[in-house]
Amino acid sequence: MKIASKSISFLTLVLVLLTSFSVYGKDGAKKGDPVNTRTEINEYIQHHLKDSHDFHLFSTFDDNGVEHHWGFPLPVMLWGENGFTAFMSSEFHHDDDGTVVVEKGDSRFVKLHSRIYELNAGETAVQFDEEHHAVNASKPFDLSITKSVFGILLIGLLMLFWFSRLARQYKNKQVPTGFGRVLEPLVVYVRDEIAKPNIGESYRKFTGYLLTVFFFIWILNLVGLMPFGFNVTGQIAVTAALAVITLVIYVFSGNKHFWGHMLWMPGIPYVFRPLLGIIELIGTLVIKPFSLLVRLFANITAGHTVVMSLVAVGILMQESLSATGSTIVSLFLSLFIMLIEVLVAFLQAYIFTTLSALFIGMAVADDHHDEELHDELGEEIEDTEVIRKNFT
Amino acid sequence: MEQLLENFSLDLFVKQTILFLLLIFLMVKFAWKPIMSALNEREEGIQGALDAAENAKKEMASLQADNEKLLKEARAEREAMLKEAREMKTKMIDDAKVEAKDAADKMVAQAQAAIEAERKSAIADLKGQVAALSVEIAEKVVKNELSDKEKQLGLVDKMLGQATLN
Repeated sequence: MKIASKSISFLTLVLVLLTSFSVYGKDGAKKGDPVNTRTEINEYIQHHLKDSHDFHLFSTFDDNGVEHHWGFPLPVMLWGENGFTAFMSSEFHHDDDGTVVVEKGDSRFVKLHSRIYELNAGETAVQFDEEHHAVNASKPFDLSITKSVFGILLIGLLMLFWFSRLARQYKNKQVPTGFGRVLEPLVVYVRDEIAKPNIGESYRKFTGYLLTVFFFIWILNLVGLMPFGFNVTGQIAVTAALAVITLVIYVFSGNKHFWGHMLWMPGIPYVFRPLLGIIELIGTLVIKPFSLLVRLFANITAGHTVVMSLVAVGILMQESLSATGSTIVSLFLSLFIMLIEVLVAFLQAYIFTTLSALFIGMAVADDHHDEELHDELGEEIEDTEVIRKNFT
Repeated sequence: MEQLLENFSLDLFVKQTILFLLLIFLMVKFAWKPIMSALNEREEGIQGALDAAENAKKEMASLQADNEKLLKEARAEREAMLKEAREMKTKMIDDAKVEAKDAADKMVAQAQAAIEAERKSAIADLKGQVAALSVEIAEKVVKNELSDKEKQLGLVDKMLGQATLN
């Protein structure tokens, strides 16, 4: 009962946080109509896939056709030419075209395609070249709590809350109760099915990272599927950061055997060894992390794009299928894809974690490499490259 | 590729790296370490309990085997004791028989010896008496014979007659 009431109070906190948004209408909106053309929908999807500086939940249109954005602003923190500046994102009035200029001290900032630019000294408005790139502005270092950072913080705190509570439960009892009973098998699953078989004896050192990355990706993938959700794991910077951490771990824990086999492969003619060494080095340092980061990014981005496109079918096909028909088709298809996306959310977290474990396992494997490639029956186990291909 | 690079935001990369490293650190410290050690402890506990049960079973079995063995031994001992007693009985009876026979034989032998001696003395006595009787008879006969003078003379004449002087 105590745990239940605790979770209720926590959920209430989250709800209060999520609903305490303020409306900040965008007066004099250029588009007087709801998003309903092909280009507008395309832009909307593109915009959703990007990170943003405020938490936008939904938009409404009043009787005069004026668009109102519902959501809450997030803090903007910048390190630009005149030092540190901080303000709330509401000061941009949801502008994304660089028309609203925010003046703070000696600096002037504009927001352009979800990026904040600092105008050069003396300039009062942003100017563009032919490719619509700003010419008279520089990018300050952006420390803002953007939507993605907000998601990362929220999920990080949630994970910390869930799992530290599970950890505390073990102090008094052997078997956890309540939500901990759901979490425990997942932890055991990651340890027994991902860390142990792929890394081998020294799995303990890396389990902490693997568990963190698994739950981080999985929960964020799922949160991304929810209404008003974040697209955190669809940000290439986020997946790149995760892949680089995996890279750093397996590069720094690689043993003599790993580097020896990579740079000076025994068993082949000496002439080819340097060449193969270069190829292997590129594979280890570039291709492996790149495949990790692109796979997660592409899968999640594609999932979001497909779901939103199918929802858009309901609007775009109204002419040919009538309103009811297109809504039914759209709902049916998007429901179907949504279910697949729930599976993909888990699958991508599993694949990222398993491949990280596999790469770490290859780096820390002992000299009995050849024996490990055979299972108990003496049959050859699939090569790691083959396994990886099957995953992609 | 170009779009990938354009979408890549270095700011977010840095923020994510820092926040995620912090998250790993906090999770390891406050969640994974205690959870892992608790899980390992519990698994070891379960394994220990199973092992203990297995051991107890084995001990039970060995105890039972011991009991069986003890029972067998006791039975064998009883058997041996009974056998020994029986053997002793037979031996005692046999011994007694032999002793009795010996004693009987000895008595018979003594009796025989006594009888022999009696017989010898009786024979000796008889001989004596026969001799005395014979002498008496002979005396009487001789006396009788000698009382008739004529006859004697006749006899002497006859003998002389036979004993021709050569």
